[in-house]
Amino acid sequence: MKGDTLNASVEIQEAEIQEAGFAAVRPLLEIKDLAITFATSNGAVQAVRNAHLTIMPGETVAIVGESGSGKSTTALAAIGLLPGNGRVSAGQILFDGEDIANAGEKRMIELRGNSIGMVPQDPMSNLNPVWKIGDQVKETLKANGLPSGPDDVATVLSQAGLPDAARRAKQYPHEFSGGMRQRALIAIGLSCQPRLLIADEPTSALDVTVQRQILDHLDKMTTELGTAVLLITHDLGLAAERADKVVVMYRGQVVESGPSLELLQNPQHPYTQRLVASAPSLASRRIQVAKELGVESDELLAPADATAAGPAVAEDVLQIQNLSKVFKLRSGFGKSTDFSAVDDVSFSVKRGTTTAIVGESGSGKSTVAQMVLNLLTPTSGKIIFDGVDTSTLNSREIFAFRRRVQPIFQDPYGSLDPMYNIFRTIEEPLRTHKIGDKASREKKVRELLDQVSLPQSTMQRYPNELSGGQRQRVAIARALALDPEVIICDEAVSALDVLVQAQVLNLLAELQSRLGLTYLFITHDLAVVRQIADHVCVMEQGKLVETGSTDDVFDAPQQDYTKALLNAIPGARLMLPPEVA
Amino acid sequence: MTPDVNDSKHSAAAIAERHNEHFVADLAETPLQATDRVKEDKAPLSLWGEAWRNLRKQPLFLISAVLILAVAAVSLFPGLFSGIDPSSEACQLANSDAGPADGHPLGFTQQGCDVYARVIFGTRSSVTVGLFTTLGVLLIGGVMGAVAGYYGGWVDAILARINDIFFALPLILGAIVLMQLPMFRTNRTVWTLVVILVTFGWPQIARITRGAVIEVRNADFVTAARSLGVSKFGALMRHVMPNSLAPIIVVATISLGTFIVAESTLSFLGIGLPPSVMSWGNDIQAAQASLRSNPMPLLYPAIALSITVLSFIMLGDALRDALDPKARKR
Repeated sequence: MKGDTLNASVEIQEAEIQEAGFAAVRPLLEIKDLAITFATSNGAVQAVRNAHLTIMPGETVAIVGESGSGKSTTALAAIGLLPGNGRVSAGQILFDGEDIANAGEKRMIELRGNSIGMVPQDPMSNLNPVWKIGDQVKETLKANGLPSGPDDVATVLSQAGLPDAARRAKQYPHEFSGGMRQRALIAIGLSCQPRLLIADEPTSALDVTVQRQILDHLDKMTTELGTAVLLITHDLGLAAERADKVVVMYRGQVVESGPSLELLQNPQHPYTQRLVASAPSLASRRIQVAKELGVESDELLAPADATAAGPAVAEDVLQIQNLSKVFKLRSGFGKSTDFSAVDDVSFSVKRGTTTAIVGESGSGKSTVAQMVLNLLTPTSGKIIFDGVDTSTLNSREIFAFRRRVQPIFQDPYGSLDPMYNIFRTIEEPLRTHKIGDKASREKKVRELLDQVSLPQSTMQRYPNELSGGQRQRVAIARALALDPEVIICDEAVSALDVLVQAQVLNLLAELQSRLGLTYLFITHDLAVVRQIADHVCVMEQGKLVETGSTDDVFDAPQQDYTKALLNAIPGARLMLPPEVA
Repeated sequence: MTPDVNDSKHSAAAIAERHNEHFVADLAETPLQATDRVKEDKAPLSLWGEAWRNLRKQPLFLISAVLILAVAAVSLFPGLFSGIDPSSEACQLANSDAGPADGHPLGFTQQGCDVYARVIFGTRSSVTVGLFTTLGVLLIGGVMGAVAGYYGGWVDAILARINDIFFALPLILGAIVLMQLPMFRTNRTVWTLVVILVTFGWPQIARITRGAVIEVRNADFVTAARSLGVSKFGALMRHVMPNSLAPIIVVATISLGTFIVAESTLSFLGIGLPPSVMSWGNDIQAAQASLRSNPMPLLYPAIALSITVLSFIMLGDALRDALDPKARKR
C-alpha cells in the first residue's frame, strides 16, 4: 500500500527518484538493543530489554502486545516522553541516522511535532477542556513556527475529516463526540506534517464503526503525506490489517517481527502462535467455532437424556417482551425531557444457550441487563423468568430470584470489594442466603476456586494482589456460588488482554457445558460474540435491530447496521485461509 | 520495497531484505510463561496491611506516634510523671513567680503552683475533650453523612441543608453563645464542653463521609452485592462504609488536634472549663496576667498544647499518605 505511493511519486518526478531511493535505504527510525529502566520504590525495574525495530520512511509498523509488555514505553522513548523515573539504560534510538536515545530536551522539542508527531490513546482526557479545539491546534502550529491563522487551523481540522471545520474550531472539547475528539487529536498530531507519527492505541476507546472510520482516514492522510506510522495496539487483527510490518512484544522483549501477513500466517514464536490462535477477530473463527461446536454437541446430548425423564428440552428460561426504559433528563427548572434508553425490545433466551446482546455505546444494552437483574424497573414491558413476570415479585421472591440469576460485571478492578479477601468475597453470597455452616461454606469456596482454575491458596489473598483476569475468575466463582441458572455477563471480558480473554471465554464455555448454564452476554465486541454465542440480538440506540442465530447473523446479516458492525471488526477483511488460523 | 530502489544500489537491496526479514527471538531468552498465573511467592496482604507497611516506614508517622503515646500515657497516669499535687489549694504563695528549683524544673506560677505538675495534670482534660469530641463528631457526622450520601434524593437534600446551616456557624462564636445558656453556664464540665464542640463540629465529618460514600456507592462491587441478595442497608454497612473509612479517619485525626485547640481557646476566654479544672487553656489564661514579668508559666502549657496538636495533625498527614493513594505525593 505504502510502496505504491512511493512508486507513484517516483514516476512523477525524475529528480525525486534518487531522493526517494535514499530515503528508503536509510530507515527513518531504527531502535537497536533498547533497554528502558524505571526507578521504583522496589529498586530498578527493566521495562524493556533488547528491543529493536526499524521503520522505513512512509511505512506503517505496528507494535502488538498485552498490557505491561512495554509497547507504549518503547514508543514514548522514541519521542523522549518517558515518565520522570524512566530512562534509556542501553541501546540506541536512531531517528534518520541521529541517535536521540539520550538527546537533550532542547533537541527533542525541535523534533516533536515537526518530525515526530503523536496521537495519544484517550481522546477524553487528552484535550484540555477549557481551551477551544482551534486554540489547541493553533498552539501546536505556533510551537513549530508554522502559520497559525484561523484559516490554517480550519485547513488542518478539515484534513482530519472534521466537517464544518471553521465553526468546529470555535467549540470546546465537551461539545465533541469521542470520534470527533480523536479526529482533532489526529489533526494536532499531523498538523506539522511530521515524518513519523506515533499512534498509541488511537482508537481503543472508540466504538468499532468509529474506529474503522478513524483508521481509514488516518491511513489515507499518512499515505498522502508519506508519513511513517508507529501504531501501538493490543489487537493483532487490527495491527495486521493496518500495518506493513508487525512487531510482537512480550514481557519487555521483542519476540517476533516481520511482514504482517507472513507473521499472521506463519507465526514462529510460541507467544505469537498463542496470540494468533486466540485473537478474537474473525480470522480465528473456525478454530473457535469448532471448539464451540464440540461443547455444543456435548451439551445437546445432556438435555437429550433429560428429555426421557421430563418434557421441555429447550424452553425459554427468559422472555423479554416489549421492554422499554425511559429516563427523565433534567433540563432546567422543574422541566425534564424523556430519553428512551431501551425502546420496545423483545427477545427470548433458551435454557442452556448463550444469547449475546451486541451494540455500541449508548445502544441501551447494559440497561437491558440491569432490568433483567431487577436492579432497574422497566418503564413498560415484561421480563418473564421461568414463567413468572419479575416485576410482580415481592421482596422475598426477589431474594429467591437473585439466587437463580447472577451477574458478572465488566470492570474486574471495580467488581470486587477491595477490603474483602477472596474467601469472604466468594463466601458472601452463601452467607447472605444462609447456606450451610462455616465448614461446608469453606469447602464450597475451595470447589469454586477449583472450577475457575485458581489455586486454593488464593483464598487468603486480596483483590489488589490479583490480575484483571484472575479477578474476573473470582467474580465468576462468586456468581457460581449460588448455583444459578442464568448468568448475565455485562462486558465480562472487554477489559482483559487477548490471551486472558480467550482463557476466560473458554472457562465460561466449559462451565456452560458442565453446569448447563444460560448466559446473557452483553458486549460491544462482535468477534467475542462469534466465539461464545448461539443467538445474537443487535441493538442500536435503544432499539433491537436484528436477532437471529449467530451463524445467520454473521453469514447473512440483514440490516445495514449489522453489516457495518461486521465490516468494522479489525482483521475481518484479512481472509486468512482457515487451516492457518 | 520498490524495484527501483533495489536496482539503484546493491546495499540498499541487502538492507531492505534484512529489514523485511521475519525475525524470531530465541526462545531461551524469551521464555513463555503460563497465561495469567497467580503469583504465590508473597504473603497475602490486605489493604490495611499494606497501609500499615507503608506507615511503619514513615518518619512522620513514627514521630507523631511516639508523641501521641507519650501524651496518652501522661493523661492516663499523670501521677507517674509528677509526684507533686498541682491543685490550687496546695500551692504556696511564697513561691509566687519563682524560677526553677530542685524538684520543680519549670518554676512556679503567680499563685505559687508548680508549672511542671500543672502541665502534666492538665493533659487529661485537654485530651479527654479532644478524644470524646472526635468520637461524638464521628458518630453524628458519620451517620448523617452516610445516610445522606447513600440514600440520596430528598433525604440528602434535607440533611445537606441542615449540614450547611451548622457549617455556616463559626465554632467559637456558637460555643460562646451556647455557653451562656443557664443549663451549660451553671454546669461546666469536660462533658458540657464536649457536647458543645460536637454540636458545631459534626458538619465537617458529615461532609467528608457523604462525599466518600457517594464515591463508593456506585462501585460495581456494591451492585454485585445487591444482586447477590444483600439488602440495601446491608450493602451500606458491609461494603460502602468500610471502603469510605480512609478519608474519614484522616480528617478525624486532624480535627482531634483542632478540638484540643478549641477547648483551650474556650477555657482561655473563660467560657470553657471552670478554673477549678486543671487544663492548659486555663493555665495560659491565668499566666497572661504576669506575661511581662514571668512569661514561663504561659510558655510551657502553650508548648505542650502545640506539641499535642502538631502530633495529631502529623499523624493525620501520615495516615492520608498511607490510606489515600490519590493524595499521595509522587
